Amino acid sequence: MKERILAFIESLGRIDSRIVYALVFLATAIPLIMNIRIPMPVSPEVKSAFQAMDRLKPGDVILISTDYGPSSAPETQPMLEAILTHAFKKDLKVLLMTHWRFEGLIMGVQGLDKVAKKFGKEYGKDYLVLGYRPGVTAVMIGMSKDFRNIFSTDNEGKPLDSYLMYKEIAGDDGVLNYKDIKMLVGLEAGDAGNFWIMIVNARYGVPMIMGTTAVITPEYFTFYQSRQIEGLLGGLKGAADYEALLGISGFASRGMVSQFAVHVLIILLIFLGNLSDIARRFRS
Amino acid sequence: MMDLIGVWVAAFLTLAILSFLFGDNPVYKFVEHIFVGASAAFGIIVMFNQAVWPFIQEGITTQDMFLKITTYIAIFLGILTLFRLEIMNYVAPTLTWISRFPIAFVTGVGTGIGIVTGIHGYIFPQVVATFLPIMEKHTSIIEIVSNLVLIVGVLSSLYYFYFSMEQRGVLRWIVKTGMIIIMITFGSAFGYTIMARVSLLIGRIYFLLSDWLNIIR
Repeated sequence: MKERILAFIESLGRIDSRIVYALVFLATAIPLIMNIRIPMPVSPEVKSAFQAMDRLKPGDVILISTDYGPSSAPETQPMLEAILTHAFKKDLKVLLMTHWRFEGLIMGVQGLDKVAKKFGKEYGKDYLVLGYRPGVTAVMIGMSKDFRNIFSTDNEGKPLDSYLMYKEIAGDDGVLNYKDIKMLVGLEAGDAGNFWIMIVNARYGVPMIMGTTAVITPEYFTFYQSRQIEGLLGGLKGAADYEALLGISGFASRGMVSQFAVHVLIILLIFLGNLSDIARRFRS
Repeated sequence: MMDLIGVWVAAFLTLAILSFLFGDNPVYKFVEHIFVGASAAFGIIVMFNQAVWPFIQEGITTQDMFLKITTYIAIFLGILTLFRLEIMNYVAPTLTWISRFPIAFVTGVGTGIGIVTGIHGYIFPQVVATFLPIMEKHTSIIEIVSNLVLIVGVLSSLYYFYFSMEQRGVLRWIVKTGMIIIMITFGSAFGYTIMARVSLLIGRIYFLLSDWLNIIR
């Protein structure tokens, strides 16, 4: 009997990988279909990011850098939409740009159009899309004197200073630079965020919050701990927390239940794998 | 109608890529090649339209003499890069070394910026952030413990990479502590990586169930 139990436990370590895939699929799909919700405590770093945004006054300018592509959109796109919702609710002016080739621009414009439409915001009056320029560090340094050094035109090819919003935010001198930016929001899937912090925050003192994919989140915690950034949204959880603070229920909040279910499944499978290994040692 | 076709194409591409889970197959290979080809082509076009062409156009037509000269220098360096093309090995193999000039320029500028920003924007603030009070008037127990962990963690992890002295006695324990801290860091990074991958899967399944199959709204 003991031998049979041990043999069964050992066999658990040899589950066909396709069964594991099917289980992961079910753990992901069922909570989404059934629209299950679970309460989640909000992380302090997300609360800090929310409060930093909340302190801004109507008319203040925020610069959003969408440095990610479709491959990380499930994590970062909900962050963009949540932050834009917050910004437009507070009547902030939004500038959007990217260091992430064309994909970052596509994702950014998609999110911006969606949220701006919801709040009845107008292009050129409430928000502007600067576009994409290559050369991360050179772009950041070039923007420090005048954004027009790098972005002489917007994404549609019209001169930046031909827009009403530009005239409003550039002030009397007609120059728009980091001094006019009250908050920089970096939505990052790579290294560009590091440079935003190391150059634009360190050298020009622009306050910033970061929204990062989960893979690079641990790296950005060091910047949060050293107070170089005011807040951090890490992965889908960060986006879900921000949605919770805004009182909206978007994709991130919905996805977190699947996230929870898959994590429980993974822990269970790791446990079974170890149990199987112990049983194998017993038998041999 | 175009949206509908787009959704069906995206759903097919998603399923084709996921089919790799059941083994390599021609459909997966086909879609993989589409992805690589389309990304490269789209990237080149956007890069030229958004970056190269406006930069050249503005630099050449500007009245600012300094900008004009720097633009011509940049164009010249850009042309030198073309000597690195594979075809140059056949056309003029003795001239491929010319491409090293723009590479040297980019490396030099990149290193210069990297060193300054690295020290000023990363090392200094990070070192300052470890100068924490262990005990202050209004510090809570949790903060004291947290600060202690941080200080011990930084020092022991740094010492782990100090190889100029034999690590024996008390030093051995410091190294072991450093190793444990590094392992915990790797563990948390790995946990976050799993979370990222699961999020991507959730994104795709959500797309299939909502946009394509309309099962969820």
